[in-house]
Amino acid sequence: MAGNNQTPTEYIQHHLQNLTFGNHPENGWSMAHSAQEASDMGFWAIHLDTLGWSIGLGSLFLWMFLKAGKAVTTGVPSGLQNFVELMVEFVDNSVKDTFHGKSQLIAPLSLTIFCWVFLMNLMDLVPVDILPMLAQKVGVMFGADPAHVYFKVVPTTDINATLGMSLSVFGLIIFYTIREKGITGFIGELTLHPFHSPNKLVQALFVPVNFLLETVTLLAKPVSLGLRLFGNMYAGELIFILVAMMGLWQLPLHFIWAVFHILIITLQAFIFMMLTIVYLSMAVEKH
Amino acid sequence: MNLNLTLIGQAIAFAVFVWFCMKFVWPPVMQALQERQKKIADGLDAASRATRDLEVAQEEANETLRESKKQAAEILDQAHKRSSQMIEEARDQARQEGERMIASAKSEIEQEVNRAKEELREQVSRLAIVGAERILESSIDEKTHRKLLDKLAAEL
Repeated sequence: MAGNNQTPTEYIQHHLQNLTFGNHPENGWSMAHSAQEASDMGFWAIHLDTLGWSIGLGSLFLWMFLKAGKAVTTGVPSGLQNFVELMVEFVDNSVKDTFHGKSQLIAPLSLTIFCWVFLMNLMDLVPVDILPMLAQKVGVMFGADPAHVYFKVVPTTDINATLGMSLSVFGLIIFYTIREKGITGFIGELTLHPFHSPNKLVQALFVPVNFLLETVTLLAKPVSLGLRLFGNMYAGELIFILVAMMGLWQLPLHFIWAVFHILIITLQAFIFMMLTIVYLSMAVEKH
Repeated sequence: MNLNLTLIGQAIAFAVFVWFCMKFVWPPVMQALQERQKKIADGLDAASRATRDLEVAQEEANETLRESKKQAAEILDQAHKRSSQMIEEARDQARQEGERMIASAKSEIEQEVNRAKEELREQVSRLAIVGAERILESSIDEKTHRKLLDKLAAEL
């Protein structure tokens, strides 16, 4: 446990707080020293740990795949190339099964989502105290108070990360809808369904109702996409933290939960990818 | 759990990663996969073609073998026929030769016998004449008794 004089509540809260840098109303641009300060910063703050880990892991993924891609041969593949080709084919098949439009973007997008989300989720399996303790040591070297060095390792337990991705997907949904169906098609989709009447007057009455329903449907997509991943990972992380407070019992329990969590990690990454493909194919296809 | 700039940072990072993946990672791997797919398809194609070729070649070889066997049998048959014919001919010739030889020997023998008979007759006739001369103590004129002597010789 980090900091032996912490109460369990403090310990958990400490673990759930991001390393934040932002514009504090009193201190100006600075590191947040407490959860209160971090929330005072409002929108103008950055979670350095989330961004650092996600960008680092994303770069790791791209570097690995780029390396394999450069050494790629049409002969007998080996090692890394095998793995990369497996992933690429798996994603390519998933996309081909679901998405029937033409797009150069969807397949690489799906591959990036799957691998990136998987790697970010995978950080969940690192014992919860190791990396925060290292971060504290580093923080102390820079003269920070160890109790104020917050460090959250799993980027997908930060709602900013998941919503950042799902909102990007949302942008793509709107972009593809407009590209395939035009602005009028997009507006028509929002207002002419699900209630439809040949009578113009009745139709005019239906429009606001349709608009309300369809807007909720549309907005529910990115929100559910982001929150699903966030919720699963946050809950898993919380259980890891709780397990970490159980003394010696944490060893078997951590192992059991980690084994179970491997499934969740992969599944969530897959679901995020699959839903992205499904949403985009819905955007492209005509009803 | 505050929504803040991290969200935008994450979205930007996401966009950059996707762009990078689309530009530099996806194409070479996909191309390699497709090329390998084509190569494997070609290989399978060639294999099936080779199998077909092999079958045809085997068929041809069998055909040739069958034909040559037939030919060999024919040649053997002919040779058998020819040899038996030759033997038959030789036998015939030998028989004819033998017969001819026997015939000539017979005729020679006959001639010899005839000649001996003739000689014997002459000698007998001469003996008879000599005997008759002695008996008659007179000469018998050859010319006058020729006819008588010939008749005598013919009776012998």
